[in-house]
Amino acid sequence: MACSHVPPQPDRRSFIAKAASIVIGGIVAVVPALAGLLVLFDPLRRKSETTGAVFVGSLNALPENSPPRKFEIVATRVDAWNRTPNVPVGSVYLQRTGPNEVRALNTVCPHAGCAVGYRGGQDIFFCPCHNSSFSRDGKILDPKSPSPRALDELPVEIRHGTEIWVKFRNFRKGVPDKIPV
Amino acid sequence: MKASLDWLDQRTGYRKLVHETLFENVPGGARWRYVWGSTLVFCFAVQVITGLFLWLAYSPSSQTAWESVYFIQYQMWGGWFLRGLHHFTAQAMTVLLVLHLMQVVIDGAYKAPREINFWSGVILLLLTLALSLTGYLLPWDQKGYWATAVATNIAAITPVIGPALQTIVVGSADYGHHTITRFFALHAGIIPGGIIAFIVAHIYLFRRHGITPKEPRRRPDAAFWPDQVLRDAVACLAVLVVVLFFVIRHHGAPLDAPADPSEPYDARPEWYFLFLFQLLKYFPGRTEIIGAIIVPTLLLGVLFAMPYVGRWKLGHRFNLGFLWAMMGGVALLTYLAMAEDAKNADYQAGVQTAQRDAARVVELARGGIPITGAVTLLRNDPLTQGPKIFSQSCSSCHRYDGHDGLGRQPKDKIAASDLKGFGSREWLTGFFDPALIDTPKYWGGTHFVPDSDMVKFVKDLAEYTPEQKEELRRGLIALSAEARLPAQAEADRRDATLIAEGKAAMNGTLLACTDCHTLHDQGAAEGPDLTGYGSREWLVAFISDPSHERFYGENNDRMPSFGPEKSLTEHQIGLVADWLRGAWPQPATPAAAGSN
Repeated sequence: MACSHVPPQPDRRSFIAKAASIVIGGIVAVVPALAGLLVLFDPLRRKSETTGAVFVGSLNALPENSPPRKFEIVATRVDAWNRTPNVPVGSVYLQRTGPNEVRALNTVCPHAGCAVGYRGGQDIFFCPCHNSSFSRDGKILDPKSPSPRALDELPVEIRHGTEIWVKFRNFRKGVPDKIPV
Repeated sequence: MKASLDWLDQRTGYRKLVHETLFENVPGGARWRYVWGSTLVFCFAVQVITGLFLWLAYSPSSQTAWESVYFIQYQMWGGWFLRGLHHFTAQAMTVLLVLHLMQVVIDGAYKAPREINFWSGVILLLLTLALSLTGYLLPWDQKGYWATAVATNIAAITPVIGPALQTIVVGSADYGHHTITRFFALHAGIIPGGIIAFIVAHIYLFRRHGITPKEPRRRPDAAFWPDQVLRDAVACLAVLVVVLFFVIRHHGAPLDAPADPSEPYDARPEWYFLFLFQLLKYFPGRTEIIGAIIVPTLLLGVLFAMPYVGRWKLGHRFNLGFLWAMMGGVALLTYLAMAEDAKNADYQAGVQTAQRDAARVVELARGGIPITGAVTLLRNDPLTQGPKIFSQSCSSCHRYDGHDGLGRQPKDKIAASDLKGFGSREWLTGFFDPALIDTPKYWGGTHFVPDSDMVKFVKDLAEYTPEQKEELRRGLIALSAEARLPAQAEADRRDATLIAEGKAAMNGTLLACTDCHTLHDQGAAEGPDLTGYGSREWLVAFISDPSHERFYGENNDRMPSFGPEKSLTEHQIGLVADWLRGAWPQPATPAAAGSN
């Protein structure tokens, strides 16, 4: 290798050769790597498309004091180059909480993202993955539950008297705060 | 011959290489305990070879991944065997890695000057686990999808870089095409590349320092070739035989239903990650990071520190104790996870539904998969979707053969009829049985009992003479024929005369159905319309709006109007109706599918 032939005293010419080799070697190596890095990090600049409120069901389907019912959220799903309208993108549990009030809870567990089930017998929500349990209003039921926060409540609007519209969002899992993704 | 080999050797020096490879000194002679490293190299080679062949047929995108894996597994020559070999060798590799690690620690082969070799081995262990984790997703089935969702969500709680890391790995905010392309690049390119680099370093260092002999040496030193090579070869053969046993027993590798984010699935990782999964259950709320990241990192830290710990007087014993304790802990957590699932009825029911879906979609796929992917085959399939919708929207009052459609017992009491076989001759015979009409199987739970005209009519049937009963039977056959049930098509064709007589009987003075009901162009509109009773059109309209004047009108018991209330879509109502009627596509035979 070149360095084994370096004379004992620093030589201007060999210093320039070394510096030039390192710089040129660096440039030729960095260009393809940099080109790849941009594509690698591209997902960071993309935000998932936030859908506005989506029509979910009718108030008549939710008698007061009846158990929570699961409804699919049907919206447009964007997957890289594909755009598919009218497909299920998630689901919510709806409960009537007053004459004109509805509570909507995202069915995804805030712990690790499994689908939470409603257990009628005990009137609780239960996650089949790591056993997090939530009360009917979505609050953490058992303090030993692995979930760091309550089920994610979503904004609901009642339009034209009986139509339930939900602004559907997903949130980051495993953190105490509700941060939209 | 010799001259040409000499020529080659002068130019390549291959003899020295062969000599070094085969005549490496094995202190104390060949032993079985030295075989683990070789079996791992063998497994990795199997994975590279089978992986490349799988690559020839795999298509990484969310519309084609499951589909191409299905094609490999069920349609291609020897596809199941190739997939099975790849799948089970991966599992064998995990087991062998642990055995290799234990042998190295027990024999003290991690101590100076072999520290770097030990560390490179631990890194190889981690890279192999990463290979499993990324490979799991590639079929894009429910199991892989949900397990990966959980794994990446857990990775995202890593402080500072977690969320960005998750987005980069997943390729988007949601799981989709780019999740597969990225996992595939990791699985088939980046990680194997890393493994090859580390294997080269690992073997180079191993050769540099030689085998750590197990004392006392039982025999004089010997060369690697042929005694140790023979032992290694036999061990590789044994691994292969075990793998083949599983490949043949499972006929390849499992393939779940295609990934569907709207279809819940009780996610479980592969069996060798179950201990981590179980560990997470013990860390409430904000302490999750302890179970998910801190504990595993600390354990790895101890593993990495073993060469240093081993220098102390009691260090080696500590390392051994630690390793056994860790293995014991892993085994215990794995057992707990499995035991908990085994006695969890909800989980077991979920597994059964998932297996049904998986088997069904394969049947449907035989007829060809549309460009939108196999997930649409399943979403449009009455046989699998019908019971799910029934369980969710109907089973709080109705039953299907005594259960909720999915084989579970709903907590609510049965308040309306059991709909298995609805509209069939058998079902109607039960309905018109004075002893059965007011049982929970029919109307026992409804407010039609005991005072409605219909119930009184059925109760009076007890007084019928045998001739009158025969007229009733013909009427029932005619009514049932209105449903045009696929399962009864043959019988309806055969009994055309009976049906014509039965229709007349329904209009006759004895049965007088048309005194209250409409039947085609005759009758009154007091009770539900019997025209096309139980047919698809009738059932869809009925489920959509039982309170409509065509059906019960204001006499409707508590049944919701699913259509106008928009609690079920038209598509969903159609799926339930088709399922109740037993009208779903029959699987195409492979021969018929092939001729298309």
